Formats: sequence, C-alpha cells, structure tokens
Amino acid sequence: MGLCERCKKAQATFHLTNIDRAGAKVERHLCDACAAHEGLLNSGKPTVDLNELLENFIASGKGAGADVSHLVCEECGISYVEFRNQGLLGCAHDYEVFKEPLTRLMERTHGGSATHVGKTPKSLGVVRKPQLDIRRLKRQLEEAVAGEDYERAAELRDRIRELERS
Amino acid sequence: MSNPLDLVVRQAGEWLRGTGPLHEIVISTRVRLARNVRGFAFLSRAEAETRRDIADTVSAAVRRAPLLRDFVHIDVEQLDELDRALLVERHLISRQHAEGAGARRLAFDPTEAAAIMINEEDHLRIQVMRSGLQVEEAWRQIDAIDDALEEHLDYEFHPQFGYLTACPTNVGTGIRVSVMLHLPALRLTNELEKVGQAARDMKLAVRGLHGEGTEALGDFFQVSNQITLGRSEVELIDDFRTSVIPRIVEYELAAREALLRTRPLALDDKIWRAVGALRSARLMSSNEAMQYLSHVRMGLHTGRLSVVDLQTLNELFLQIQPAHLQKLHGERLSGEQRSIERAAFIRTRLSSN
Repeated sequence: MGLCERCKKAQATFHLTNIDRAGAKVERHLCDACAAHEGLLNSGKPTVDLNELLENFIASGKGAGADVSHLVCEECGISYVEFRNQGLLGCAHDYEVFKEPLTRLMERTHGGSATHVGKTPKSLGVVRKPQLDIRRLKRQLEEAVAGEDYERAAELRDRIRELERS
Repeated sequence: MSNPLDLVVRQAGEWLRGTGPLHEIVISTRVRLARNVRGFAFLSRAEAETRRDIADTVSAAVRRAPLLRDFVHIDVEQLDELDRALLVERHLISRQHAEGAGARRLAFDPTEAAAIMINEEDHLRIQVMRSGLQVEEAWRQIDAIDDALEEHLDYEFHPQFGYLTACPTNVGTGIRVSVMLHLPALRLTNELEKVGQAARDMKLAVRGLHGEGTEALGDFFQVSNQITLGRSEVELIDDFRTSVIPRIVEYELAAREALLRTRPLALDDKIWRAVGALRSARLMSSNEAMQYLSHVRMGLHTGRLSVVDLQTLNELFLQIQPAHLQKLHGERLSGEQRSIERAAFIRTRLSSN
C-alpha cells in the first residue's frame, strides 16, 4: 500500500475510483485525515470501530482489573473475549452479564448516554405468557430426559405445565 | 410456479419512480429498525434449527398482521445467486443477507416501499423507503409496521438499554435513517468536504451507494445516523428533516448555480459528452454508466437538456446493474457480454425516448 497522494506522509487507506469525462478510470489514494478533509471519509463497518474501542477500553485498565475478559454468559455461552473478537453478542442476557463494560462501551459509541429514550413496546407492563422461561425449561427437560434423570424431568414437566396454564 | 422476482425487474420500485420533496437532489429516504424476538438466542449463537424457528415465528407474525397482508414472502435461502443479487440491487436486502448462510427470508410490500429482512444480523430488520426527503412520513409508516408486528411478537426490550440488538452499535431505538443524495455539482466543484462537515456536526456518517464499505459511485452519497441510544426517533428525524439535509441540498444548489454562472460551457460539455457516450458506446461498464447517467440527471435538473425523462433515467440506474441486466436478458452473461449488452440496452432506451 502506498502513501497518501495528498499529504504524502501517511499511509493511504482510502481508495476511490472515478470515471473521468474521457471514460478513463481515475484512482485516488488518500489517508484517513486527507479523506476526511475532502469530505470523502467512509466510516467503514461499525464492528471495526467497536473492536478498536474495546481494545482501548481493555488496555486502559478501566475494566475493574482484567476480570471483564473472563466474563461468560451462562445462557448462550459467549465470553466477553469472543464478543470482543466478533463484535456481536450471543443473546439478550449478555446485556446483563456484560453490563458494566458494555455500558461504558455504549456511552462511547453513542455520544455519552447509555439510557434509552424513545419508543417502547406497547405491551410493556402487560402480563404475558413467560415464553422465555418455557423455552428454557423445555430445553432443560430434553436434557434431563437424555440424561435419564427422570425425577428432574418430572419436576420440569410440572413447572412447564404450570407456566403454560398461567 | 413462476418466480415472483421476474415481475419486479421490469420497473423500478415506487420509491425510485416517485417524485417526493427535493427529489432532484434527494433520491430517497430509508428508515430501518432492528428488532429481536424474546426467547431466542441472537443469530451468531443460533443453531440451524433455532434459526428456522425464528424465521417461522417472524414469518407467521407477518402473515397474521392485517397491515402486512399483501406482503410477498421470499425464502432467501432457496434463491439462486442471481436473484439474491437482484434483491441487493433493488435495496430490498443487504449484501450481508444475500451472502449469509442458513434460514433467512424476506417479506416485502409489492410497491417495495416496505420490507422485512428476517435473520440478517438481527432477527428482524424492518425498512421503509420513500422518494425524496420524507423522513417523517417514513417514520410514521415504519412505526405502524413495528406496532403491527408487535401484536404477534414479543420483542427483546431492556428497561435501560431499549430494544436489544446483536451489535451494541444499534441498541436503543434500533433505528437507522439513511438519506441518499445526488451531489454531482459538489463533486465537480470539489466541495464535498462541506457535506462531510454538515454530517459530522450532527454526528452522522457519509457513505457510498450501497451503505457500509462501498465507494461513492456516480456522485451518490448516503447520509445516516450512528447514534441509536439516548436520543429518540423524533429528535433524530428532526435533525435530518430540518437541519442536515436542507443544508446539504442548499450547498448542491449553490454549486449548480455557480457552475451555470461561471462555467456553463464546461457544465454543458460534461452533460452532452455523457449523452454522447450513452447513445454511442458499444462497451460500457456499470461504473462508467453510473457516472454518465449521473451527469445526464444533473443536466435534466439544471434544465440543460430534455432528451430523456426522469422515469427512464431512474429505471436505467437500476437496470444497468449486473443482476438486472442478466434478468432482463434472460440468461447469465460474462463480464464482457454484460458490457456489450449494457451498452446496447442503454442505446435502445435512449433512442426511443
């Protein structure tokens, strides 16, 4: 990769292909700063920004020791390190398990605030069938049956019935 | 059964045919919402079977909602590569959705004004597209679609963080507003920095035609928000509607006026060379065609030519793209065959106009 054609100092990271009026391809190679200066900066995938933020965050040691990187969600099994590497969370419960580091991360990516303002589901506060719990219990029931733990299976079956009736 | 996608290829979606407010410069307004269904893992942790369960749950909700009764249902997983590319070119699905794996679907309104991607990065990505600058109208429509789906779906919602998304960059409102702009004069006068500045002032991003990671092709740019947490949908929409976009439109109009005043011949030369190339060329790449069509579009809106109407032009922007060209031609074409076919197609469309 070459140097930025504008400042001739920094590495060119921004590549633009134009067609000039003779129909010929004109390529431009700029560094981030010069591309931003010309208003051409493409902000790229947010996951890249996210990883960078996470790296900085962990490097800054603000994660209450290194404990943050050992956090694992018991629901989906994802660790904070895996999240950091792929930029995607594994389930909704991660927002609780990784709450502390995620809050700091979100404050940075969303301009200072980590508290939702705006639309909320109409059903919020309305009592609904606890679908989440039923699905989780059914999964545990399957495991209990597979492991031939029939006492536990019967217990789980009763709880599922109870929830389904409610 | 005939392929429902064979029908859509002949014309542009309503949002591209229409003439909404400021449509000379603002091509379209897109609003999307990211949503996940309670009780299922996010997609990066969902097994094949779970993915199918999610897709079935969401498809069923779309079918049950009276507001969405006319939606066309497409099983993206079963489509061949060409049909998936066609949907990307029409902005009905993202590249990520086209190239993904496992159970994933699309449900869209026949006018193509609204679409729901199922199992993209989140369980649902709802979008509404409108011609011109119609952020408020797009929001009202997508808000209603979201409400209609919520009647049949339990969304993941957190009291502090709002709508939960697979990537924390979308959490909160889960909203992304993208306005697509045609800014040929600002590019010719080297003033695109003004656009960058206007966007940065409001913490918005500027991208190329197909969003993330794409280059600005044929003078088309997308302005979109990055902040989704801590600001309401209405605040964000107001930024676009009353502040950022009108400011950029003003810059483009001023640049067009300046070109007309100080360099009318240079401007005409650009426009008429484009017409000449489009009417005469025998080989044409899609990038080259985009750039020429962009100059013709500017010529049309500055009153320098009238040899082509806006609808034909808008359809050409869509139909010169590789998947559309091959669908219209009825068979697969190599890169060079496409260049030949594209040049011939444009010559025909512009001569009968």
